[in-house]
Amino acid sequence: MTANIVEIDHLSFGYKGRLLHQGINMVFPRGKVVAIMGGSGSGKTTLLRLIGGQIKPSKGEVRVTGEVVHKQDRDGIYKLRRKMGMLFQHGALFTDLSVFDNVAFPMRELTDLPESMIKDLVLMKLNAVGLRGAHQFMPTELSGGMARRVALARAIALDPEIIMYDEPFAGLDPISMGVICGLIRSLNDALGATSIIVSHDVKETFLIADYVYFVADGVVAAEGTPNDLMQSTLPFVHQFVHGEKDGPVPFHYPAAHYQSELLLEQVV
Amino acid sequence: MTQSNLLASIANELRGIGHRMIERTWRLGVGARLFALAIIYSGESFKRFHLTLREIYFTGVMSLLIIVVSAFFVGMVLALQGYNTLQKYGSSEAIGVLVALALVRELGPVVTALLFAGRAGTAITAEIGLMKATEQLSAMEMMAVNPIARVIAPRFWAGVISMPILASIFSMVGILGGYLVAVPLIGVDDGAFWSQMQANVDFRLDIVNGLIKSFVFGVACTMIALFEGFDAPPTAEGVSRATTRTVVISSLTVLALDFVLTSFMMVV
Repeated sequence: MTANIVEIDHLSFGYKGRLLHQGINMVFPRGKVVAIMGGSGSGKTTLLRLIGGQIKPSKGEVRVTGEVVHKQDRDGIYKLRRKMGMLFQHGALFTDLSVFDNVAFPMRELTDLPESMIKDLVLMKLNAVGLRGAHQFMPTELSGGMARRVALARAIALDPEIIMYDEPFAGLDPISMGVICGLIRSLNDALGATSIIVSHDVKETFLIADYVYFVADGVVAAEGTPNDLMQSTLPFVHQFVHGEKDGPVPFHYPAAHYQSELLLEQVV
Repeated sequence: MTQSNLLASIANELRGIGHRMIERTWRLGVGARLFALAIIYSGESFKRFHLTLREIYFTGVMSLLIIVVSAFFVGMVLALQGYNTLQKYGSSEAIGVLVALALVRELGPVVTALLFAGRAGTAITAEIGLMKATEQLSAMEMMAVNPIARVIAPRFWAGVISMPILASIFSMVGILGGYLVAVPLIGVDDGAFWSQMQANVDFRLDIVNGLIKSFVFGVACTMIALFEGFDAPPTAEGVSRATTRTVVISSLTVLALDFVLTSFMMVV
């Protein structure tokens, strides 16, 4: 058994002529909560899709439990995905199924468990996220935070070895954010899983992550424990962690000269 | 305009035409691939036939109202128009044959397919498009569940099974509508209405050919609706455009296929 459940090795990825990642190296040790942080459009979610084998790298490779993801055939990819659970940014709950059926979905599709056992397992998973009492609701009847928790229950339905979270805190109120934050850590430890969090919410992520990678301009700009990064003097990390308006990431998007664009006359 | 400018604008036009041709050919190829995959994974989907039955309810049963009401009025109008012409030649008793042949051979399959594209086709496209936009299809893939087998194939077979049944119901209700106008309202002889119909409608040449047409229309309309939804850009505008394309392309395809099929059936 490899010490690192996921390894990203000299990975490059690009599309439509734009190189998004250039030679990225990351490791995700078993049992840890590892965060990938970076600004919008830095390719964080794309990294999750590369780990899940939804897209193929241009160069380099991603290994999950020692197996190269992009070299797998369809059955191989599906076999690897059964070791993974993923929480999508907006939950991605199936809107035609109830909360109960959403959580039961992977069990019914991928196992031969009897319905009585599926019922018990679903209620246990929903209980773990505090929503056992909401099992009969439809996704449209849930708040954003509740939907995210149901999606989390569905992601852990088959006790995966790897749980991936795509922006788990985005758009949540402070209470829901705190709940999700606590759940990620406690479920990771209870299941003995490895969690990979993609986020740009510094406070919440630093609270639960064991290790953090910062991605910028297609490379790993910085990495370390949350404490290390809080003390970092690297300009990009400092700007990001402290939420400063201007810095290496400029406030203004590159544009033509302001005065000339407003057609102002030169004062002679 | 100088000669070089003229040449440049002609070249641009030609480039635009070429680009559109390549794009359409590409889409046709992607659509054909989806069709092939839907057939290949049908076996997986048939193992849980309740999924197909559920879709038959949504596409077929839920389309019944519009089919029955339309058929009734189409049959009544046919009888009125037919009687108006036939009585000039003293053969108003042939009204039953006229109504039945028009419905069974042409109007039943064609109008049903057009109504199906408007009612069920748009619903399929919008549903699949929204599933894609809200990452439900991606979530399914990440759970190692094949969306083609779970979502596309059951809807495809539901459409293919529903269409001939709906077309048969259309023809039956239309004949009933024609009967109500011709016999009780206009006063055509009851016996002549039914006996002439019985003597002149051929099971193989009329009814079976009508069913073959509606089967082909079912394959075409359902596949177009599924492809447009599956290929829709994951935005509100993308889904809206895809829904419109479903109606336009399905309608034109049905009319063109009708001509081709009728030609073959006349020859054979």
